[in-house]
Amino acid sequence: MTNRATATIHGWLLLLPAMACLALFTHWPAVASFIESFHSTPKARRPARFIGLDNYQQMLADPIFWKAMSNNLWFALGTIPTSIALALLMAVWVNDRIAGRTLVRMAFFTPTILPMIAVANIWLFFYTPQYGLLEQITGLFGARSTNWLGSQDTALYAITIVAIWKEAGFFMIFYLAALQAIPPSLGEAAAIEGASRWTFFRRIQFPLLMPTTLFVLINAVINAFRMVDHIFVMTRGGPDNATTLLLFYIYQVGFSFWDTAYAATLTCVLLALLALVAFVQYGWLERRTHYQ
Amino acid sequence: MDRREFLGGTAALAGATALPGIAGAQSATELSFFYPVAVGGPITKLIDAYAADFEKANPAVKVKPIYAGTYQETIVKALTAHKSGTPPVTSVLLSTDMFTLIDEEAIVPFDDFVKTEDDKKWLAGFYPGFMENSQTGGKTWGIPFQRSTIVLYWNKELFKEAGLDPEKPPQTWAEHLAFAQKLTKRDASGNVTQWGTQIPSSGFPYWLFQALTTEADAILMSPTGDTTYYDKPGVVEALQYWVDLSQKHKVHPPGIVEWGTTPKDFFEKKVAMIWTTTGNLTNVRTNAKFPFGVAMLPAHKRRGSPTGGGNFYISKKATAAQQQAAFQFIKWMTQPERAAQWSIDTGYVAVSKAAYETAAMKKYVVEFPPAAVARDQLEFAVAELSTHENQRVTKALNDGLQAALTGTKMPQKAMEDAQAEAERILKAYR
Repeated sequence: MTNRATATIHGWLLLLPAMACLALFTHWPAVASFIESFHSTPKARRPARFIGLDNYQQMLADPIFWKAMSNNLWFALGTIPTSIALALLMAVWVNDRIAGRTLVRMAFFTPTILPMIAVANIWLFFYTPQYGLLEQITGLFGARSTNWLGSQDTALYAITIVAIWKEAGFFMIFYLAALQAIPPSLGEAAAIEGASRWTFFRRIQFPLLMPTTLFVLINAVINAFRMVDHIFVMTRGGPDNATTLLLFYIYQVGFSFWDTAYAATLTCVLLALLALVAFVQYGWLERRTHYQ
Repeated sequence: MDRREFLGGTAALAGATALPGIAGAQSATELSFFYPVAVGGPITKLIDAYAADFEKANPAVKVKPIYAGTYQETIVKALTAHKSGTPPVTSVLLSTDMFTLIDEEAIVPFDDFVKTEDDKKWLAGFYPGFMENSQTGGKTWGIPFQRSTIVLYWNKELFKEAGLDPEKPPQTWAEHLAFAQKLTKRDASGNVTQWGTQIPSSGFPYWLFQALTTEADAILMSPTGDTTYYDKPGVVEALQYWVDLSQKHKVHPPGIVEWGTTPKDFFEKKVAMIWTTTGNLTNVRTNAKFPFGVAMLPAHKRRGSPTGGGNFYISKKATAAQQQAAFQFIKWMTQPERAAQWSIDTGYVAVSKAAYETAAMKKYVVEFPPAAVARDQLEFAVAELSTHENQRVTKALNDGLQAALTGTKMPQKAMEDAQAEAERILKAYR
């Protein structure tokens, strides 16, 4: 009995550092935000007081919040499937024995290792009207000049494309690792049976990659809601909030307006949203991904 | 080391890091100093050199300059530090953040430090245009340091090509439009290859817009910072002019024009005239491969430009000794010779008349006359838009401007919406 108690204590002690960090930097801030969202923002001359659901009512009436929300959903819809599909395509391609394989892999992976701020600055000049790279190419075909980042119709697409460009290379690495873990005997067997390249991919590679796809999907969803860096550099949420995403708006409310209670409220919504997505992914999707 | 020693050591270490001000006060007063970088050039090197020179002259003070990013990042860091209890003793922040800093009780006024005749003369020496964003309620809360106005840069080569006198910039809005029409080039299929004029509208469109509203003889806010006038006729007229430049006359690029790439557009000869800060002067001088001119902005009902840029502030939470040392440092930094050299190195406007009377500055202005334009324009300058909850009230205007410039709202409607939003926020401060 005492032995068991000692073992238990040892176990907990080993867990303690990680648990303390997790509680301090993850759980406590979340709980604190939740509590703060029911209070007013403290000012130097007026301490915080309990105001119930006022912040949430303010949020529901805030057009910029709804704009940020719909922008974010479009952004997620634009980035997630495309970047995953691209990643898969690139991984399958560079997994084959093609000439200059290492070079191509490196080229695909490069966007991932560049700092986001640098990437945003580069793309800022790609998108520059008239002499930017994009304009120079479309100009060859006689297309009209477009102000990609400065027009309400195109700004969010422009931002989305940068995110896809940045993400796809990163996800490719996971797919590449998974592809190489597939036993070569399966490929040999398929070859003996005379299966086509497409059948092999559809019936063998793709199903075996499902756990990786789930992992990548979870990452992609999280990233879609946490990608903000390039917005600071490229549009600052403009024109007229056309590219304001949820996290960018939270930053703005929290650190530009110093309305910390309202920022906490928005944070709670973001947390709830991500929790819901995680619940669906782990609770429902995961059971269907493993190939049996 | 036994356990007691270890704990004692840890406690001492924690004490030393938590209270650097008190620990340092026994030997030398430590002066932490946050500053942003907003224009090109080796700003950090210049600041470090100033700090070292100051320490040489004042051995009792140790200056610790800390580069803190853009203006926006610097105020985030300074206010976060203030809220956690150990803010920088002094920092350079936007002059427009004055009301926000007062509301957070983060700064102290300078009036209590100004005691001698010499101090009073120093405080009275700054250009009144710059003091408008530094004083409120009869007190001085900020000291002008890296300040600017908006000026017009024009490409003399393109003026000559268009049959205009390359030495004559536009004097009025009508002329500005007429020149821009002559300077706009289109190819056979009607695509514009060179724009006449360009006023950037990303990030802080309100600042450039304020030049237009001032020229239309409208003001955007009350000096007390609790009321805005976004929907007044002069303001709408100014926005209509800006929108018309691109949507009706098609002499200005459509949509939102990026602030950061505007100088580059000018270097690439994609645009003949640009409106940007005088802080870009050294940048344009280095990179423009054609003769260019710098002029005051064109007038409409009057001339005008808002001032811009950063002030020195002193933290309320610093010790009395630190505050006094910060005052000494700020006074030292804004002496005429130093202000003149700072202006020459960066392109910012020197903050006092005495700075323009120094030998170094006189020589520089003779060699490079554009350096005097921003100073001369100061006579017509007004306070930059600054209110309580400044960032939020300004965002209301920015959103309205961008909506009008991208064509989703008519100017009148855009300004009415912006005013309604500002009204909602500012009601609490009256």
